Amino acid sequence: MSNRFKIFFKGVTDVSPLMIPVVPFGIIFGVLAIDLGLSALTTMAMSIIIFGGASQIVFLQLFSAGASSLVILSSVGAVNSRHLLYGAVLSEHMSDFKMTWKIIISYFLVDQAFAVTNPYLKKSNDKDKVFHSFGAGATCWTVWQTTTLIGIFLGSIIPEKLGLSFAVPLTFLALLVDDFRKLINVIVIIASGFIATIGYEVIPFKAYVIVAAVSGLLLAMILTKFKGLNNG
Amino acid sequence: MVEWSLIVYCGIITFFSRYLMIAILKKEMFTDRIREVLSYVPSAIFPAIIFPAIFLDNSGDLLLEANPKIFAAIIAILVGLITKNVIATIFSGLISYWFLIFIIFN
Repeated sequence: MSNRFKIFFKGVTDVSPLMIPVVPFGIIFGVLAIDLGLSALTTMAMSIIIFGGASQIVFLQLFSAGASSLVILSSVGAVNSRHLLYGAVLSEHMSDFKMTWKIIISYFLVDQAFAVTNPYLKKSNDKDKVFHSFGAGATCWTVWQTTTLIGIFLGSIIPEKLGLSFAVPLTFLALLVDDFRKLINVIVIIASGFIATIGYEVIPFKAYVIVAAVSGLLLAMILTKFKGLNNG
Repeated sequence: MVEWSLIVYCGIITFFSRYLMIAILKKEMFTDRIREVLSYVPSAIFPAIIFPAIFLDNSGDLLLEANPKIFAAIIAILVGLITKNVIATIFSGLISYWFLIFIIFN
């Protein structure tokens, strides 16, 4: 077994446990897209072209609510802004990578791949360490495309009265589970949710996602500043 | 009909946000303060998807009474707090929702 393959395989095995929650997420996306009247081809194309669970779900929600392209794009941009946080830690470990690899890894690097690739790159000095990110990313990609496909098939079978669209808020709720115990997070969560709910009908152009997100982040800025002053 | 160009643009935005983190952004560009605030991005944006999907009905009106989604979400939050498990959170919410709509509210 070549060194490159060994490292690739390590990436695959490292990320695999994190794929368990991705399975229902991908299936839900596929089912929901079909429920909303998207064709199987469009649904599959979204998973391949966008390849980001949260972005795709936000896209679907806003699209089905009749939001404009500009609002959909800015909201997807806001969802992706969490990636900027990763940049602070990841780029220094990847500075030796070739341009082509950087582009390939950029396409593959979803949250779960990031979670395992970052600690690996931190401690590895192997010249082929990029294959770890590649293995982790390719695994995420395969799981996402497969589960989207399963969802597309199930979407035409599962009866609408099961109300599976409720799985969307539940999935996002589950992503916030670690934040429920932190006071500032809880305040930000409630404020953003409140603004989005009230603003759903009131805020023009279905811009409620972006308005709630920006307000929530401003509130987080104020509250963390306040906390910093108290501690200092 | 979904416009293909819109899907492609969303793909470009998603790709570029990851490319920024891998190839362009450097640790020195971020103060601890910026990183601290950015860590609140999920808490600021995901509720904007969660809350309307729970509290509003299909026509966008506020539904606070006899809303099975509120009860199911509370159960999911409690399960999430106790187990810290993503799968358990999703399925406890979904199963309690089905229990409510098919048995209690039926």
